[in-house]
Parts: sequence; structure tokens; C-alpha cells
Amino acid sequence: MGLFTELKDSISRATDRLFSEQEPKRIGIYGPPNAGKTTLANRIARDWTGDAIGTESHIPHETRRARRKENVEIERNGKTVTIDIVDTPGVTTKVDYEEFTDEMEEDDAIRRSREATEGVAEAMHWLREDVDGVIYVLDSAEDPITQVNTMLIGIIESRDLPVLIFANKIDLDDSSVKRIEDAFPQHKTVPLSAKEGENMDEVYANIAEYFG
Amino acid sequence: MPKATNADDTDPSDGIQIDLISGERMESMATMEKIRMILDGVHDGNIVILEEGLTPDEESKLIETTMAEINPDEFNGIEIETYPKSDSSDSSLLGRIMGSDGSEAKLTVIGPANQIETLHKDETLISALVSRN
Repeated sequence: MGLFTELKDSISRATDRLFSEQEPKRIGIYGPPNAGKTTLANRIARDWTGDAIGTESHIPHETRRARRKENVEIERNGKTVTIDIVDTPGVTTKVDYEEFTDEMEEDDAIRRSREATEGVAEAMHWLREDVDGVIYVLDSAEDPITQVNTMLIGIIESRDLPVLIFANKIDLDDSSVKRIEDAFPQHKTVPLSAKEGENMDEVYANIAEYFG
Repeated sequence: MPKATNADDTDPSDGIQIDLISGERMESMATMEKIRMILDGVHDGNIVILEEGLTPDEESKLIETTMAEINPDEFNGIEIETYPKSDSSDSSLLGRIMGSDGSEAKLTVIGPANQIETLHKDETLISALVSRN
């Protein structure tokens, strides 16, 4: 191999590395409230970086700000992908503070609902401007044919973003992965339980394959 | 252009106003004009029905604008329903007539979240319960 060719290859490798280091793909974790987005984001971040991203809760709208975990390197079957995970607030078209008053004082519930609305707007903004791919998380024990899911999948498709659908909570008795596959047959559906860590090998293989 | 609503002439306690808005009327409007018209109607307690719905980008902006206008005890947001996109839409009568998959020409129902409740929804039917505030 001539000196010039070696030099060219070396520069090319360095440029590729530099580019990939500077521009990890931003993968947004989207879905309705309480689908398990933060539990999934924490599971991925812990498995590959040792750190968590955010607080998990059974009360809807626990995540009220988009949070990014940078440079998460996922390796599976010889494929490596470096991504920034963006954990986003659950998307909805309505927020009623009275949903939270069983769990907290009225003032806190009002504050939570205000922050939740800001969080949803922020999530929509990220989707339009700042993500390179989407992991769409659904609770497999719930009916997937909701307006929010239909609209969001439509918005993601209209932006030509690569999307994987994660059928979460397969550890629950009422879970039905088929219901999700039937609702969105145009996309790959991956079953998992982020809470129990079930089927994470397939989850990581698909992330590396789709976003690598 | 005439106003879509005529609430001044009627007593809201008489019933629930429904605005059916044609695709033709929406065609010449900018995105924010459409969103403003929808949300102004919903704020007044009306049910807004769009003959041809919104584009995905407009839906995204509708969600964002709705969130900015939510106010505890006054406005909880919107309920919105369209038919889910079907794989068979290509072969639908509408799709064949329009020469497209018709994905943007979808009847859309929007109302105040505290007054409209979806009872059933599938690819061909939306059943909703509308109540007075």
C-alpha cells in the first residue's frame, strides 16, 4: 500500500471517528404518559454507562423536562452505535391537575400540571427539530389505538425518522404485544419489560441495527 | 371571511354548538390561523369537526399550542379524534378518487377535554359522548 493511500485511509478513519464522536445520533424516547419511558431510559443508561437519567414514578407526568444522556455506546452482534438518549415527557392533549390531587396537595398538583404542559410542548419541539430517531414506548397492557399514539406515529413518519416501537410491561398479565403489532404493522415492534429487564438483548440488537 | 362561530346570537345554555368546517375553507388558511380557529372554538365550548383534518406538522403545533393555553380550573386541553391510519387506505373509495392514500383527508373531531369523551373508536367508526360543561 502506498504512502499516499495509507495516509488517505488514516485521515478517512480519523474523520469518521471525529464525526461519529461529535455527532452521536439523538434518539428520542417518546410515548404516552406512564408507558415506562424513564424506566427504559434508566435501564439503557445503567446497562451501558452505569448512571441513571431520571426519577421513575407511577404518578403520570413524573418527567416534565426532556433529559439527555450523552454518548451511550451500545454494542451488539459486532455492531456499535453511539447515541444520545433523550428521555421526553409523556405526550398528551390534556392535563388536569385534579388527576394528581389524590397524591399531593392542590398547590403541588397545579404546579405539576403546569410543568407537565411545558414538558409536552418541549417534547413536541424536540420531535420537530432535534431528534434523529425515535423509540416509541407503549404499555402493552393498554389499548394502543389512541389519538395521541396515532398522531405521534403520524408526525414521526411525516418527518421520515427511523422508529422502533417498544411494547413495554410484558411482565403484566394483561400484556398483549400482538395488539400493538396489529395497530402499527408498518413498524417493527420489540417486546420487553424495562422494569424487569426482560428481552433486553433483543432491544439492544434492534437499537444497534436500526440506529447504527 | 365570515366567522366560523356565531356564539353572540345564541345562549350557550341552549345546547352545544358544532362547527363543521369544510376542507375548502381550511385550504386557504395558514397553519396558525387553523389552530387559532380550532382553539378559539374549543375555548367557547364548541365541538369542531374538520372535513379534512390537519397535516402531521399542524397536529404537532396544535398539541404545542394547546399545552401553552392550559389553565387550571379554566381549560384542561382538548380531546381530538381521527380514524387511525389504515393499510387499506390506498384501496378506499376516497383514496381512489383522490389518486392518493388520502392520509391527510381524515375527518377530525376536536372538543374541550372536559366535555367530550370517546366511547369507541376503530378504523371506521368514532363514537363520542358530548356533555354540557
